[in-house]
Amino acid sequence: MESTPFTPELEQLELPLKVKLESFEGPLDLLLFLIKKSEIDIYDIPIAVITQQYLEYLEMMKNLNLDVAGEFLLMAATLLHIKSKMLLPTREEEGEGEKEEEDPRAELMRRLLEYQRFKEAALELTKGPMLDREVFIRNFFGEKPLEGGEEDLSGEASLFELLEAMKKVLQGLPPEDFQEISVEHLNIKDKILQIMERLWEVESVAFPELFTSSTSRREVVLTFLALLELLRLRMIRVYQAESFGTIRIFSPVEREEGRKTIEERIM
Amino acid sequence: MEEAQLKAVLEGLIFVSESPLTLDRMKEVLGINKRDLQRLLSEMMEEYRKSERGFHIMEVAEGFQFRTRPEHADWIKKLKRVKTTALSQPALETLAIVAYRQPVVRMDIEKIRGVDSGGVLHTLLEKKLIKIIGKKDVPGKPLVYGTSRKFMEVFGLKDLSQLPTLKDLEGLGPPSAEGIMPLEGEGAVEEGAKIEPNQEAMIDEPSSEDPEDTI
Repeated sequence: MESTPFTPELEQLELPLKVKLESFEGPLDLLLFLIKKSEIDIYDIPIAVITQQYLEYLEMMKNLNLDVAGEFLLMAATLLHIKSKMLLPTREEEGEGEKEEEDPRAELMRRLLEYQRFKEAALELTKGPMLDREVFIRNFFGEKPLEGGEEDLSGEASLFELLEAMKKVLQGLPPEDFQEISVEHLNIKDKILQIMERLWEVESVAFPELFTSSTSRREVVLTFLALLELLRLRMIRVYQAESFGTIRIFSPVEREEGRKTIEERIM
Repeated sequence: MEEAQLKAVLEGLIFVSESPLTLDRMKEVLGINKRDLQRLLSEMMEEYRKSERGFHIMEVAEGFQFRTRPEHADWIKKLKRVKTTALSQPALETLAIVAYRQPVVRMDIEKIRGVDSGGVLHTLLEKKLIKIIGKKDVPGKPLVYGTSRKFMEVFGLKDLSQLPTLKDLEGLGPPSAEGIMPLEGEGAVEEGAKIEPNQEAMIDEPSSEDPEDTI
């Protein structure tokens, strides 16, 4: 889906800002993330806990004005449905009920396991020597170098890890009195350039460092949205050495080329 | 021709080929049966391995190709200043689903991923890692996707049977071609074919009732 990254409304930074999330993870990723984060047994998911956490993330995404896909809402409904089913007392066996009633969580569990299996398979695929990553072939005249040689993605942070990190930044901010409307309105493009210039300067920046100068919630959110947009354009990569560790941001793009991309893709 | 001479010719053929050279093509050119070719090639591969050259013959994508050795990657990257455009995690897992579940329609992929996959599929088509292999004979005639030859080249697979086995393989039997109609004219959508804007639009629109005339 060719989304124009920034619509004119967005330029003026009048909320609602919308960052398209489609190139990011989906609801199943969020669930797997929560399961991993809380070290939950996927075969015995405490639905009430997970539902609550899931809804919290959904709320956060909505507050950020991220364009939360319908699938996220559908999953929320599914979770609530399962939760309500779990609350009902299991009916006593009556007559020919030879089939035991299935655990309401079974279907969700099956989907999560299946999905996880493909995620693992994807990782497995990239483990061997890949073209233009470990091995190379001769370049024939006029032939563009093959694209698709991937870097190691195993340490790449997901959207939800970024949200988690941002939550921490927000929590560390002093409570805001009345929102001061700053006169100099930074827009997303400025913020994007600011982030990129810094990355070209120092090569890599830890996630919290990006926010040290941010004083308002608004600026934190703006920085975050700028990061998402940069991720979407694949101008930055976010890595996490260990699960739930510090996220570091790199740029695989050279300064000159990057500036051009920003000029072209972001009005 | 003597065997040594044959090997030299084969070496030349592989050397000048832009994509992995198949046994069929070698047979066409040399008029030698595949079993002999296979034997000669195995010997040649062994010779390269033994002499520890900077490149060797690899069997990938159902053909043979000269490739550098993984141990030398750092120097080569420095020379070529390669910038690898990595696939995103969603793209990679979609690719895995296509690889293991092919022939597969978008709806099946979305059922597994639980999220709209039109954009990711488009990216994969653009990168030529997947291709459209037909249309499914069900209402709406959805496009059927499979992995391309380039997919095998990039991931260094001889053929699809070399895909790493999925953990807990149940339910992932061999691909079935049931209900797949080939596109009119063989290879109507070539692997290398440029994606036309209208086709792109079609891929983005699940509601597109009759994609037929847009191809």
